Amino acid sequence: MSRSRSRTWGKTTVGVLLTAVMLFPVYWMLNVSFTRDQDMRKSPPGLFPTHGTLAGYRTVLDEQLPYLGTSLVVALGTVVLTVALAAPAGYALAKLRPRGGGLLSFVLLAAQMIPGIIMAMGFYAIYLQLGLLQSVPGLIVADSTLAVPFAVLIFTAFMSGIPGELLQAAQMDGARTLRTFWSIVLPMSRNAVVTVSLFAFLWSWSDFVFANTLVNGGTHEPITLGIYHYIGNNNQEWNAIMATAVVASLPAAVILVLAQRYVAAGVTTGAVKD
Amino acid sequence: MNDTKQSSDRRSAHGRSGAATAVPPPAPMRERRRPTSQQWAAWAFLAPVTLYLVLFYAYPLYRNLDLSLRNYTVRSFVQGDAPFTGLQNYLTVFKDPTFAPALLHTVVFTAVCLVFQYIIGLALAVFFNQHFRLSATLRALFLVPWLLPLIVSASTWSWMLNSDSGIVNAALHAVGIGPVNWLTSPSWSLTSVIIANIWIGVPFNLVVLYSGLQSIPANLYEAAALDGANAWQRFRRITFPLLRPVSAITLLLGLVYTLKVFDIIWIMTKGGPADSSTTFATWSYQLGFGNLLPAFGPGAAVGNLLVVAALVFGLVYLRVQRKQALS
Repeated sequence: MSRSRSRTWGKTTVGVLLTAVMLFPVYWMLNVSFTRDQDMRKSPPGLFPTHGTLAGYRTVLDEQLPYLGTSLVVALGTVVLTVALAAPAGYALAKLRPRGGGLLSFVLLAAQMIPGIIMAMGFYAIYLQLGLLQSVPGLIVADSTLAVPFAVLIFTAFMSGIPGELLQAAQMDGARTLRTFWSIVLPMSRNAVVTVSLFAFLWSWSDFVFANTLVNGGTHEPITLGIYHYIGNNNQEWNAIMATAVVASLPAAVILVLAQRYVAAGVTTGAVKD
Repeated sequence: MNDTKQSSDRRSAHGRSGAATAVPPPAPMRERRRPTSQQWAAWAFLAPVTLYLVLFYAYPLYRNLDLSLRNYTVRSFVQGDAPFTGLQNYLTVFKDPTFAPALLHTVVFTAVCLVFQYIIGLALAVFFNQHFRLSATLRALFLVPWLLPLIVSASTWSWMLNSDSGIVNAALHAVGIGPVNWLTSPSWSLTSVIIANIWIGVPFNLVVLYSGLQSIPANLYEAAALDGANAWQRFRRITFPLLRPVSAITLLLGLVYTLKVFDIIWIMTKGGPADSSTTFATWSYQLGFGNLLPAFGPGAAVGNLLVVAALVFGLVYLRVQRKQALS
């Protein structure tokens, strides 16, 4: 008994060590973000920010707030657009058995395989003609292509789990398809909405390719470009760069805490159904 | 079925590139009549997304194809009157001295990343499958590299690999190895971006393979242990063979997504120095957007080659996936 207990603790120790190795770059980002300018080129670099400074974060507050604001607007816009497009489609694919629905699912899957830079080039050519370059709505539409196919498939999986009798009962009561969708299916798919929203937000927030291609040099640039300009300008204030990176990572941290639960909920909903 | 569902849903979380993966299980095609009114309703619900696919997937793809078949200059790009030149851009690309290295780098980058991500991911999955104290929490923490914005990971790695002030060279120095110019030497730049990309890809492999391990019945291991099989034998004879379907899916999907990796390389090295870390993805972008004088046509041509490669492997993936779902 005591032997097996010591073995599990042994495994925990190994696990903690492995996690520490894996997350070392994240620690390093934090460490550098607190390092003073004069210590930045120290050799060897300090393993701990012994003379920690918040100067990097002050720079973020001074220079990066507009970028963060743009990212927030773009990410929220992407979420709304994605859910609005994908939820009805998921409902139709899951419950209404449309002719050609299989083909549509297939196209959605294939669409995800297209490399982002190709989409970016296509969007660039189109936006140039439409005068949509450097516009926030343009970026929202482009970013939504990262999430819509995934979202449709998630909604389809979730909504297939809603018992058909429930919908038939509603229809018996005279509810039209739209009403059924709006007042029964959608509320029951809350978890799917949350899961899709979280991922759409994260992907849009993290997007670099579309931002760099479509809104680079514009008045509204997202935080990924904020970081990119920092690096590109041969900026030597790595504490500011890494502080921005830390701030840009916050949504990921939030998702790690929250989405865990919702993704798990999604998995069980999906699993219950067949 | 539960398990395939589970893994597919988890896997779909992969998509930093927007990746849902599993084909939703085909709705049971019962031979019931589909009432026409319901068909109308169904397609009314599908209309927005269909329109969306046409406008924002099909049309950009078409524009890209068009770009690759015409001789575009900056002027004709704006005016849209570029002459049709057939496959000229593709020929230009094939003859370009960058073509061979870009192809080689793409293959090496993809293969090396896949192998290491898979092996490390599998080892970790087996390890975490043992359920020890904190195992769930630690496993969740392993997701971090995969959730971070790519620009964050790429810039962090850039600084860690900095020749003069990077922690990696400092650590190498401590064990008596001279400084390596990770990002500025043509012989190391590809290695550097590969290392960073492996780091980013391990969590995905871990998550999918872990969910695959969950579906292997525990009593198989108990029986094998009773027969005196040691841990390695149990892995060789039970885990690995039973994990083969999940492994195939993981590797194929990884292949599609590694082929199109762009951000990491572009942010860390821009494909340089001297094209030493250029892949098709960065080359295409370099041609179209990286120079003062953009070569949209050849850029689109390279991009289309990439699309074809991604779609071919993507279709293989879908086939395998469908076959597994049916069996």
